[in-house]
Amino acid sequence: MRRIISVLIENAPGALSRVVGLFSQRGYNIESLTVAPTEDETLSRLTLTTLGDEHKIEQITKHLNKLIDVVKLVDLTEGAHIERELMLIKVKASGAQRAEVKRCVDIFRGQIVDVTSSLYIIQITGTSDKLDAFLQAVGEAAILETVRTGVSGISRGEKILSL
Amino acid sequence: MEMLSGGDMLIRSLRDEGVEFVFGYPGGAALHIYDALFRQQDVKHILVRHEQAATHAADGYARTTGKVGTVLVTSGPGATNAITGIATAYMDSIPMVVISGQVASDKIGEDAFQETDMVGVSRPIVKHSFMVKHASEIPEIVKKAYYIASSGRPGPVVIDVPKDITSPAETFPYEYPKTVKIRSYTPATRGHTGQIKKAVQLLLGAKRPVIYAGGGVVQGNGSELLTELARKLNYPVTNTLMGLGCYPGTDRQFLGMLGMHGTFEANTAMHHCDVLLAVGARFDDRVTNTVSKFCPSAKIIHIDIDPATIAKTVVADVPIVGSVESVLTEMLALVKADDKTPDADALSAWWKQIDEWRDRHGLYTKPRYRTDGDAIMPQDVIRTLHEVTKGDAYITSDVGQHQMFAAQYYLFDKPRRWINSGGLGTMGFGLPAAMGVQIAERDAVVACVTGEGSIQMCIQELSTCTQYHLPIKIICLNNQALGMVKQWQDMQYDSRYSESLYEESLPDFVKLMESYGHVGMRVTDKKDLKAKMEECFAMTDRVVFMDIMVDPTEHVYPMHVAPDGSMRDMWLSKTERT
Ligand SMILES: Cc1cc2nc3c(=O)[nH]c(=O)nc-3n(C[C@H](O)[C@H](O)[C@H](O)COP(=O)(O)OP(=O)(O)OC[C@H]3O[C@@H](n4cnc5c(N)ncnc54)[C@H](O)[C@@H]3O)c2cc1C
Ligand SMILES: Cc1ncc(C[n+]2csc(CCOP(=O)(O)OP(=O)(O)O)c2C)c(N)n1
Ligand SMILES: [Mg+2]
Repeated sequence: MRRIISVLIENAPGALSRVVGLFSQRGYNIESLTVAPTEDETLSRLTLTTLGDEHKIEQITKHLNKLIDVVKLVDLTEGAHIERELMLIKVKASGAQRAEVKRCVDIFRGQIVDVTSSLYIIQITGTSDKLDAFLQAVGEAAILETVRTGVSGISRGEKILSL
Repeated sequence: MEMLSGGDMLIRSLRDEGVEFVFGYPGGAALHIYDALFRQQDVKHILVRHEQAATHAADGYARTTGKVGTVLVTSGPGATNAITGIATAYMDSIPMVVISGQVASDKIGEDAFQETDMVGVSRPIVKHSFMVKHASEIPEIVKKAYYIASSGRPGPVVIDVPKDITSPAETFPYEYPKTVKIRSYTPATRGHTGQIKKAVQLLLGAKRPVIYAGGGVVQGNGSELLTELARKLNYPVTNTLMGLGCYPGTDRQFLGMLGMHGTFEANTAMHHCDVLLAVGARFDDRVTNTVSKFCPSAKIIHIDIDPATIAKTVVADVPIVGSVESVLTEMLALVKADDKTPDADALSAWWKQIDEWRDRHGLYTKPRYRTDGDAIMPQDVIRTLHEVTKGDAYITSDVGQHQMFAAQYYLFDKPRRWINSGGLGTMGFGLPAAMGVQIAERDAVVACVTGEGSIQMCIQELSTCTQYHLPIKIICLNNQALGMVKQWQDMQYDSRYSESLYEESLPDFVKLMESYGHVGMRVTDKKDLKAKMEECFAMTDRVVFMDIMVDPTEHVYPMHVAPDGSMRDMWLSKTERT
C-alpha cells in the first residue's frame, strides 16, 4: 500500500541523511521525498511516500520515531488528508499539437507558464494520480522534460502535526 | 565562570560526567585533546594497541559495570579502526561514547590529510552522532551523548570533534549541565498497566509456560526481579546467548540456552509451550529458526524497551513497551496480590515432561560427547574451567565453536559475568573485552575463552596487558582450524575445507607469550588438563595463555536443522537428529 508519512525533524545538519540512510539500510523504499524548513526555524517538515504492507509501514514509522532527530510523525494516509504534488513539464507544441495541448492543460486546470514557437512549459498541481493522468493524456511523444516535487500533504480538519 | 579551551572542556566534561577510564589511541587530530588529558589526573587513559581494541575494551567495561564505556580516537584511520567495535556495541545494545578527532573545520570536505566522514561512515551503526561546530557546545553535547547512550535501549554515540574546536588558543566559559532534555527523545520507562495486567492473567493461566529472557534483562538490571518472578511461579527459564547469567545457570528451573545451539530441553519446551514470556529478548534468527514454525501453540507476551523490536519478526499477543525493571516490578506485585495461582497439576505434568527431555538428550544430565577417547574434548575444558574458577569468574569470549561451548558449559549464576559478541559475532572481541573487564574489576578472575583463529585478530593487546598489569587468563581451545566454519563445511559442503585451515602456520603461542613477558602453557594430554588449569589460575598476577590442543573433529551440538526447521528440529550429534 502507498503511504504518505509526514515527519517533523530537527532542522539540524545530518538529520535528513539519517532519514534517507534508514530507508536504504533497512531496505525500505522511498517513492518521493520533500523537505523544507517550517515557520519554526528549528524544525523541518519532511513528507515521504513509501510502499509497503501494514507490517512494513509499522516498522518504518517505529524506526523513524527512534531517530533522535525525529520530533513527531504522522501517517497521513491513516485519515482524511490532502495531498499535492507540483509538476513542471516541457512539451512539444507546434502546428495542430498546440491547440491540443492547450485543451488538455485546461481540462487538468494546469497553467502554461512559458511559451516558445515550438514548446510550452506547463505547471500542474494535484495528486500524484492526477499528474500521472496528465502525462498520459499529453502522450509520451510530446514530452521533452518533466520535473516533479514529490508529494506534500496535510491532514484534513482539526488534526495538527506540531510540537 | 571558569574559562577553558575546547580540549580542556572536553576532558573536564568527561570528568564531570563521572567518566573514570577512556580507552584510546592518539593521533594528529586528537592531540589537543591528548594534551588536555595529560594535564589532569581524574580521567585515566588506557592506551591500547589498535583502535578496534579500544572499542571492545570500553564495551567490556560497559557490560561489566553497566556504565557507559568511553573511547577516544584520532581522525581517519583511527576512526575507521573503531568501526568494528562500534558495530559490535550497536548490535548488542551496549552504552558507549566514541570521541573521534576530525580535521579542522575549514578543511572538512577537502580530502584533507586523515580526513574521513566519521559521522557518515558510522551513521548506520550508532544510536546517534554529533559533529561539534563550536567549542562552547562541548559540555552540552557530552551530556546529551552520555544520556542517549545509556537511556532507553542503550547504544553507541559518536562525537566527532574537529581539531580547531579543541585548540588551546581560545578559551570559553565552562559549565557542565546538570540535566539534559531532548525534545525529540523520550525513551519508554513504565509499561502500560492494562497490558501488564493482561500479561499476568495470561501467565497465571498457563499450563506449559516458558520464560525466555535475553540481554535486556542483564543490561536493564532485571535479574533479581526475573529470578524472583520465575521462582514464585515455578516456571522454567531459558536464556539467549546474551541473557546468560540473568537467571542462575545452576538452578533446577534453568533449561540452558535456547536457539541454534541451545539445549534440547530448552528448544523443545519452547516449541511446545502455551504461554511464552519474552523479556528483553529480540526473537533473533539464531533463536527462532523458521519464524512461521516458531512456538506454534503459544500466546506470547513480549516486554521490550524498544517499540521497534515489538512485532519486528514475531508478533506478540501482549506487547509491553517498558523497562524490564519497572515492568517486572509491577508484574511481580500483581502476581503476589492475585488469588489465582498457576494450575499445579498442569505445571507438575509440564515439569515431568521437561525432566524427561532432560533425561533423554539434555546437556547437563550426562555428557553428550565422546568421553572415552584420548583427545581433549572442548566441552571438558569449559567444565574444568567452571570447576577451577568455582563458576565465579568473568568470562569473555571470541566467536566460534569455543564461544558456543563456553555458553553451553560455563553455567553462569550471575549477570554481567558472560561477556561476548552475539549480534555481530566479532572475532577479536575476547581479549580486549577482557581488558575492559579487568580494569573495571581489578581483583576479579577474568578469563578469555578463545580459539587460535580469533585470538590472532587482536593479539597485539597482549602488550597492553603488560603495560597495565591486567592478569587475564587466556583459555585457547586450539582445534587448529576455523572450527565453526569447518563444522558448516562438514555439514553442508561435504567437508570441502575451503580456507578454514592454516597449513602448519600457527605461531608457537608459548614462545609468543614469553616475548610479551607473559606465561604460556601447552596442554596436549587429557590427564594434565585440570592440574595445568589450576596452575594457570594460581598465577594470580600474571597473564597466562593456555594453549589447549582439543579434538579438532568435534562439532557443536545441538544444532538447529535449517532451513525450514522449527525450534525442536535439531542435530544432536553427527549422526542423530530429532
Ligand atoms: C556463532 C554464534 C552463534 C549464536 N547462537 C546463538 C544461539 O544458539 N542462541 C542464542 O540465543 N543466540 C545465539 N547467538 C546470538 C544471536 O546472534 C543474538 O545476539 C542473540 O540471540 C540476541 O539476544 P537477545 O534476544 O537476548 O537480544 P539482545 O541483543 O541482548 O537485545 C536485548 C533486547 O532487550 C531490549 N532491552 C535492552 N534494555 C532493556 C531494558 N532495560 N528493558 C527492556 N528491554 C530492554 C533491547 O531493546 C533488545 O531488544 C549466536 C551468535 C553467534 C556469534
Ligand atoms: C571478524 C570475523 N571474521 C569472520 C567471522 C566468521 N567466523 C565465525 S566463527 C569463525 C572461526 C573462528 O575460529 P576460531 O577462533 O579458531 O574458533 P573455533 O570455531 O575454531 O573454536 C569464523 C571465521 C567472524 N565471526 N568474525
Ligand atoms: Mg579454532
